Amino acid sequence: MDPDSATAVRVAAAEQEALISGSEAVAVATRLADVDVLTAYPIRPYDTLMQYVAKQIANGEQDAEYIVAESEHSQFEIAKHAEAVGARAMCGSSGVGWCYAFEAIAVTPALRLPLVAMVGNRALDDPGAFGTEHNDALAARDLGWMHVWVDTAQEALDTTLMAYRVAEDRRVFLPCAISTDGAFLTHSQTLVKIPPQTWVDEFLPPYNRGDLRLHPDNPITIAPQVNEDWLMEIRRQTDEAMRNARGVIEEAYRDFRRIFGRGEGNPFFEEYRTEDAEVVLVGMGTLSMPVKVVIRKLREQGEKVGFVRVRWFRPFDHERLGALLSRFRAIGVIDRDFSMGSPFNSGVLANEIRATLYAQDRRPPVVSFIAGLGGREVTIPAVKEMIEQTRRAAAAGKAPADTQWIGVRA
Amino acid sequence: MARTISVEVVYRGIFQKTLAKNICRGIVLAARKEGKIGISFGRYGDSPERNGIPAKNFAIVAPNEEELQLSMAQYEPETTDVTISVDDMLCKGVESWAWYGLQPINQKVRDQGTLIVTSMLPAEALINFCHTKPTPYRLAVIPAIPSFSGLWVYKDDHTDVRILGALPKVCPELVSLDSIQKAIKEEWNDDLKVTSARRTYEHTATRTVRPGEGNPEVPFKFDLPGWTKMREGVTIDGIRLGEPIKFGDQIGGYRPARNPYFKKYTTRTMRPVIDFDKCIKCTLCWLQCPDSCFDVTPDQTYDLNAEACCGCGVCEAVCPVDNCVTMVNEAEFADNKSQWEAYKQDKQAYQAWVDEKLTHRPERSHGFRYRGQYQEQVAKQGVGPGGAE
Repeated sequence: MDPDSATAVRVAAAEQEALISGSEAVAVATRLADVDVLTAYPIRPYDTLMQYVAKQIANGEQDAEYIVAESEHSQFEIAKHAEAVGARAMCGSSGVGWCYAFEAIAVTPALRLPLVAMVGNRALDDPGAFGTEHNDALAARDLGWMHVWVDTAQEALDTTLMAYRVAEDRRVFLPCAISTDGAFLTHSQTLVKIPPQTWVDEFLPPYNRGDLRLHPDNPITIAPQVNEDWLMEIRRQTDEAMRNARGVIEEAYRDFRRIFGRGEGNPFFEEYRTEDAEVVLVGMGTLSMPVKVVIRKLREQGEKVGFVRVRWFRPFDHERLGALLSRFRAIGVIDRDFSMGSPFNSGVLANEIRATLYAQDRRPPVVSFIAGLGGREVTIPAVKEMIEQTRRAAAAGKAPADTQWIGVRA
Repeated sequence: MARTISVEVVYRGIFQKTLAKNICRGIVLAARKEGKIGISFGRYGDSPERNGIPAKNFAIVAPNEEELQLSMAQYEPETTDVTISVDDMLCKGVESWAWYGLQPINQKVRDQGTLIVTSMLPAEALINFCHTKPTPYRLAVIPAIPSFSGLWVYKDDHTDVRILGALPKVCPELVSLDSIQKAIKEEWNDDLKVTSARRTYEHTATRTVRPGEGNPEVPFKFDLPGWTKMREGVTIDGIRLGEPIKFGDQIGGYRPARNPYFKKYTTRTMRPVIDFDKCIKCTLCWLQCPDSCFDVTPDQTYDLNAEACCGCGVCEAVCPVDNCVTMVNEAEFADNKSQWEAYKQDKQAYQAWVDEKLTHRPERSHGFRYRGQYQEQVAKQGVGPGGAE
């Protein structure tokens, strides 16, 4: 279908508007994607997803197996096995609930099961805390899961459809975690456009597991015991799948734009007012909101500042992100996470950005910030302070060696 | 000593894991008496808790720590100065896990190195089991019945110290008898064990095995596929359906397909012999065999697939007919050929063969079943306890 006829289809079947939260948007996406099996175990803020799914099923709007497990571990195991027999599944959790499922989470990529999970980002207990912090999802960053961060409920819905499309591509077959910030996305309702089923059907083909499907007609054994003779080859296969995912994500977004008429720009990261920017902030998730407000204000005052929001954290678009970031005079990276004892005591994202820049001829100073932990607000003054510090690094041509904690009581 | 010396102990899972460990510890502790430094380790990929499956332990002794590092962080050395086979049936080959192939017992033994076997068989019989080698090596036989223990018990029959005693004789470079005796005294605090080691030292002799001498069979092996060739998702093909069996004009029965990458027969120390004329076709052996070893013949009797058989003895145990399925010492067989085909070719000759085989029933003592069993056993074999030969 060419763009013009896509527009025609859109006019004929206009999207409906609904006032829903980010996790409810994910739930709506599971209905549109005709997910076969949903597994659940309550933990805040992820439970907003399972509640909405339950409601959709009770209302007769959604037809799916809905299994409330006795723990997150079983929840992820059941979803994993559903994927193995060829059922499209959805799972999710938050904070330590996600961690409790870790055994299942760790093995899902090697088994090449394209499970999609929502992580309602939450601080890891103790102390008991509901607020957003990205360490839960990031604990699984090196295992072969794709990780994507969204910042609006609309993006949560769209990205869930995208996640199935990418994960279930035969060249990929990897699980995908969609991170939605606790409270700011999971518990805030905004107006979301719900696309008609026909668009989704055109965009998302059925899940075809092919020769990897566990079925009596296709007798296979999954996950036998192996020793050192085999594991490295298995890891390399997973690595290749993750490499393939970069191209498949591009294809999926291109198709999404054609059918849904939105989602412009690079799928991997969003650029905001970067065109002639001298300094930029970089971050993930909903901290984009206050940052964008400050950027707009400073732009009005003639300041050349911008923002880059990383969406796809795995796979990481090191090539284009590196090329982009090397243009600026200084970069401030805001981590809503921590990595105690890491180089420069930074958060996870800051060190990923430093590593990305290392391959560039021009390497601007990187100021690393830790902010908004445990759901603490990233305020307007805090953003201004981070921009100011980044600007000072630009002027000095050098960043402070250590990471700056922003908004912490001394 | 100017060079590193490697010793390998090939043993059977569970039954000999403590034995193998004791030998390797003893070597390293004895070498320490001479200021040398060593390492004792089990091959990590082995599962020493699998009944009878061939597994390995190693002792490596080096003149100094830097030399030793060359042999550390390895699963196994490439070559050995001494390989010790603590069950003579391992001379038929070693297949420890799927895709491993059949490794000849002497594969790692270096040119002029030594293979020590504990056995009651003469050297010539053992050489016929061992695969040929392009380089000469020496064979030492320590007269002993295989020392099999259980998971929780150790049959303290001096096999460990007798092997330790033989080592300074076959490989004086490794360690002296004096050091071996000191180490045994320290480790076990038992003078009789020290005596056992010395006596074995005195009695041990080697015989050179020439290139080309032995079993000419080419051992089966597999090439491990690369990551681009492997199935994805940590999946492997299921076992496909089998096929009927043909013999002359007769077609029928069923031979199940089996895992081509893991034959498992080197786990065996005994195998069933089937008297087809006695078979009442009750199906129990076929049904109960944990490894699906039995083929259904066109006669509707059950033939052993000897490549798939671990020698567990379940078939004999469940067979309701006396002497129909009978476990026989593995030493009595030179190949894995079909018994049913031999039976079909010449029933009279087959009956004579069965009658002869049935005189070689195995002595089973994986651990002690009753007090005094071991003493009875050695008395019967004519090997005194404590290594007195």
